[in-house]
Amino acid sequence: MTKALSISNLHKTYASGTQALKGIDLEVEKGDFFALLGPNGAGKSTAIGIISSLVNKTQGKVNVFGHDIDTNLTQAKQNLGLVPQEFNFNMFEGVEQIVLQQAGYYGIGRKEAKKRAQPLLEELGLWDKRNNASRELSGGMKRRLMIARGLIHSPKLLILDEPTAGVDIELRRSMWDFMQRLNEQGTTIVLTTHYLEEAESLCRNIAIINHGEIVQNTDMKSLLAQLDMETFVLDTQGLPETLPTNTGYEMRKRDENTLEVDVKKGVGVNGIFAALSEQSINVLSMRNKANRLEELFVRMVESGSDSSEEKTNG
Amino acid sequence: MDKINTTPIQGSNWVAFKTIINKEVTRFTRIWVQTILPPAITMSLYFVIFGNLIGSRVGTMDGLPYMEFIVPGLIMMSVITNSYANVVSSFFSAKYQRSIEEMMISPVPNWIILAGFVGGGVLRGLLTGCIVTIVSMFFIDNIQIYNIGVLISVVLLTSVLFAMAGFLNALFAKSFDDISIIPTFVLTPLTYLGGVFYSIQLLPEFWQTVSKANPIIYMVNAFRYGFLGKSDISIGVAFGLIMVFILILASICLYLLNKGKGLRS
Repeated sequence: MTKALSISNLHKTYASGTQALKGIDLEVEKGDFFALLGPNGAGKSTAIGIISSLVNKTQGKVNVFGHDIDTNLTQAKQNLGLVPQEFNFNMFEGVEQIVLQQAGYYGIGRKEAKKRAQPLLEELGLWDKRNNASRELSGGMKRRLMIARGLIHSPKLLILDEPTAGVDIELRRSMWDFMQRLNEQGTTIVLTTHYLEEAESLCRNIAIINHGEIVQNTDMKSLLAQLDMETFVLDTQGLPETLPTNTGYEMRKRDENTLEVDVKKGVGVNGIFAALSEQSINVLSMRNKANRLEELFVRMVESGSDSSEEKTNG
Repeated sequence: MDKINTTPIQGSNWVAFKTIINKEVTRFTRIWVQTILPPAITMSLYFVIFGNLIGSRVGTMDGLPYMEFIVPGLIMMSVITNSYANVVSSFFSAKYQRSIEEMMISPVPNWIILAGFVGGGVLRGLLTGCIVTIVSMFFIDNIQIYNIGVLISVVLLTSVLFAMAGFLNALFAKSFDDISIIPTFVLTPLTYLGGVFYSIQLLPEFWQTVSKANPIIYMVNAFRYGFLGKSDISIGVAFGLIMVFILILASICLYLLNKGKGLRS
């Protein structure tokens, strides 16, 4: 069955000699909501650049809905929409003008483009600003403008490269809702983000890229099941000099009132309270130190860094 | 969300071309104080100083009143400068702001991108050419046209040629300095030495030969022929040369665009 996105043995070495991609393989199913994660400089943007014809590849194959970018680039481009990380529109052009122009580049006539642009701009809260120059928009509005522009030709595959960066939480949540509804309507979405909570709540499948290599490619549930330990942060009314021992939990003092406790998978949290009660420690509140995906991500990326350091040192 | 159209569309290259042209025209008319007004003022000064004040003392050039002699050259000078300037600054600023990526990710073919930007440059060149022609009417009694076909085809082809040269400059440019070096140090001297203000028959034979290495001589003279029926060079050679330059520049621009020169890493 045709995949929405299929990448095989993709390599990229820049003129400077930097090897950004070292032969990555990736497949995204039709209709998927896929997370492509990785630390800064891991190769995510290079991969996205190659898929969207903004970066020349050194070697490898990329297919968008079965269309090879080497032999059938026009069809591949028709099926692809991109919302880049950096603002890349003309700051002097108007909001509606930018969206209509983008439709024009896809060969969509002005009348049809206007019909498509209005509901998009309305949905993204930009209709009232349609005649404003794009430089007059707030950061969040600029991001939404790039989403409207990326969707004007109704791509079957939409790549969102950090679409919510620098956006306040309320707006971020409304954008999540928008992306989810778009995905439910059949648009395949590939999302890169540094907000791992975003990836965890939206995406069904995930790939983690580090040092130009895919270090994990699986479905979100299986990945989260790999998490064998969670760390909780407990706010207390005060901690004694020495913490309780032999509790079955690893406990660390962060400051006079805050405690960090590692809890292994399958072990309940009730024992923590029992152990702390014995020492008359009152717990005021408890929360996860990081979300589950974040913990896994940090571990995978750190182990990747260690092994690459070993390789370098070796 | 239900109103949002999620049906993909197969569009045409013609629409894409019109879009780029429309974008370019909107750009240079929005900033008309920088693009349309200056050539009108500069050329008026040329007409006043060289035509009226100095020209009356010069007498005739090639058997024509000096003012009449310089009009075609000054119109051509504004067409060349503006065709070049429009494309070099528009394409480079699209590169600089990365808005060129809007076109690069879309299915619009590279030859349409080139044709669209060149078309925008030609329109600005021709518009300023018309404005300068109108201004010149205040300084000479009546403008004669010897051969309208030659006149229109020469100005159009020259405008295409210099719009393409501007595109090539913008492809290589990495900074705003790079887009002013060629106009200042190459284009302006070649234009001033391109027979706008004098007939090359006035020069010693050696300098006449040297002058013929300047391509602008051919364009200015062919254009002047369209107006006045007088030219220092053969019209056929002028057309041939312009066409050859256009073909060479178009091939280079398309080759570099396909390679992604200055656009893709």
